[in-house]
Amino acid sequence: MNCRSEVLEVSLESRQVDEAMLALLHTILLHRSTGKFHYKKEGTYSIGTVGSQDTDCDYIDFSFVRVSSEELDRAMRKSVGEFKDALCNSGSDGVGQISLEFYQKKKSRWPFSDECIPWEVWSIKVNVVSLANEQERQICREKVGEKLGEKVINIVEVINRHEYLPKMPTQSEVDNVFDTSLKDVQPYLYKITYQITDSLGTSVSTTMRRLIKDTLAL
Amino acid sequence: MDSDLSPQDKKDLDKFIKFFALKTVQVIVQARLGEKICTRSSSSPTGSDWFNLAIKDIPEVTHEAKKALAGQLPGIGRSMCVEISLKTSEGDSMELETWCLEMNEKCDKDIKVSYTVYNRLSLLLKSLLAITRVTPAYKLSRKQGHDYVILYRIYFGEVQLTGLGEGFQSVRVGIVGTPVGTITLSCAYRTNLAFMSTRQFERTAPIMGIIIDHFVDRPFANMGHMHPCNYRTATEDEGVTYPGVEDSQEVCTTSFSTSPPSQMVIPGKEGGVPQAPVQPSHGTPADHGRMPTCTPSSMARRIPATPSSSGEEAETLSQSSEAKSSSPPDILETTFTRKVGAFVNKPANQVTTACLDLPFAAFAPKNFDMEENDLMVNPPDSPVVESPLQGSLHSDGSTGSSGPLQDDFVMVDFKPAFSKDDLLPIDLGTFYREFQNPPQLNSLSIDVSAQSMAEDLDTLPVKLALYEQKIDEFDAFVETLQ
Repeated sequence: MNCRSEVLEVSLESRQVDEAMLALLHTILLHRSTGKFHYKKEGTYSIGTVGSQDTDCDYIDFSFVRVSSEELDRAMRKSVGEFKDALCNSGSDGVGQISLEFYQKKKSRWPFSDECIPWEVWSIKVNVVSLANEQERQICREKVGEKLGEKVINIVEVINRHEYLPKMPTQSEVDNVFDTSLKDVQPYLYKITYQITDSLGTSVSTTMRRLIKDTLAL
Repeated sequence: MDSDLSPQDKKDLDKFIKFFALKTVQVIVQARLGEKICTRSSSSPTGSDWFNLAIKDIPEVTHEAKKALAGQLPGIGRSMCVEISLKTSEGDSMELETWCLEMNEKCDKDIKVSYTVYNRLSLLLKSLLAITRVTPAYKLSRKQGHDYVILYRIYFGEVQLTGLGEGFQSVRVGIVGTPVGTITLSCAYRTNLAFMSTRQFERTAPIMGIIIDHFVDRPFANMGHMHPCNYRTATEDEGVTYPGVEDSQEVCTTSFSTSPPSQMVIPGKEGGVPQAPVQPSHGTPADHGRMPTCTPSSMARRIPATPSSSGEEAETLSQSSEAKSSSPPDILETTFTRKVGAFVNKPANQVTTACLDLPFAAFAPKNFDMEENDLMVNPPDSPVVESPLQGSLHSDGSTGSSGPLQDDFVMVDFKPAFSKDDLLPIDLGTFYREFQNPPQLNSLSIDVSAQSMAEDLDTLPVKLALYEQKIDEFDAFVETLQ
């Protein structure tokens, strides 16, 4: 099974990076999260309810909907914050890429660790620009807002192709497919990584892998 | 076709489609309320959260949607549409977008109704949540209030897109294949947001940004079937009750079975079809027979309670939809309801200046019938009139050469209101006249100006020296400005 890969590109100011990344990542996670599963004895399960929440951006003329889960939002903000810091401090031209990868775990026999098999990867390429004056910033606010709108439409279009999704797991296997650590919603297992590109276009040693769910803690 | 579907599946599918349609309408209307929506996630499922999404049900909206559906379901050739439009405080309205829930004939026989279709409908609702924040009408709806409001209309039948103006765009929210057809959810939205009156749009090519019928206060459009989107979540205190959701049988399924392998996922068939333009059905009149029966309502939020006659329906529909049949505006023949300002004598038929709230009404010209005599429309060309203000002030007591219109004026002494000769050392009227004819400034007279120019040049070095001495003061002043 091939992993589905989608790439989105945006150019924006450094102060817009946080909100733009949150907007796109939350839009993807809205579609890739379900309610909490409650397994019953007879082999059936019920699904909790996912709430939604409007969020306005301060530096972009844009609003987006995210899952109503403070835990999930905190996790996203943390990852996006790290990405933005790396982007701005790396001394590069402000070009980087943040990736949201959905994966399944495949149990391996001891002593081998579980295998993580990605089934969908969303990569957002970011190009940070500097603007000279307030008028340009105002135009940028609107333009980036429109751009993000187009990206949301792209995301929705891909998701509604209804291509591969992991099949619903039994109770014993639910942790191989879903992130069950949150108390109110249940996204598919995911991890966020980022890369900062230096001015030569090669990826430098600051490539970091940050696992939201620590799959190595066996 | 349906014979392949078990009765239980058919029943479930109909239920899913029905509630999907109702939830779609809720999401769209709530996204145009003008406020941020927030619902809570709940790990414990309740029976009323269809599609595992927390979407509140505004009773009025559910009521309108059910009325529009009238017991039918969206199906092949029967689309459910939600039309969002903007209405200004002056009465002009403009369609902004139309959301269409349609079904085509492409069936997916192998898909599991109770599981896959349900989950895909849930995904489609999430996509709808996302897309409703992206179309231009969202920003407009967030700013609605004093100047304009956002209205919605639900109808069932053929899609009408002609009110969206030229160059409208469309975006497909998503599709879900079912054994009886493929459900498609899309939005067509206006891109040309330059405001134009709806009637003018019908007659001629649109003029950007100008409201033509400026002096005509359009009679309050019959808004019976349009509803404001600034609805607050209804409580029972509002005093309007609606038949609730039919209860026991309509509780949504929240239990799923883990017994695989019937959970086969159908490989994607649609491919990456980009936004398909929705073909507008030009000139297709609405199917009046199936239109919701609504009474004209005021702009208040109360819900129309009694259905109107179908004749009135057609009337109300034709007013707000594309069949603009009203005659071209003729200022002299329409009822002039606009408040008249001072010195404006532009009346309608039965209105005389005596009735209008004009100061100095007695001084106004008595000949109203001909628009040519109206000074506000055709100001006199006389050179005596040096400014519009002067022109209007002079109109009542002018002695100057105002052309052929002098015959219409009666010379009277100019008696300014509230002035009395004995209180002031100078007659206010005299002062007023002198003020209108002030003497020329010395510096503006030609012979003096040349002289003063030479003087200025001579004194320039002296002035420069003085300014250089005081340069520190100037710098300090500039500092305070920064």
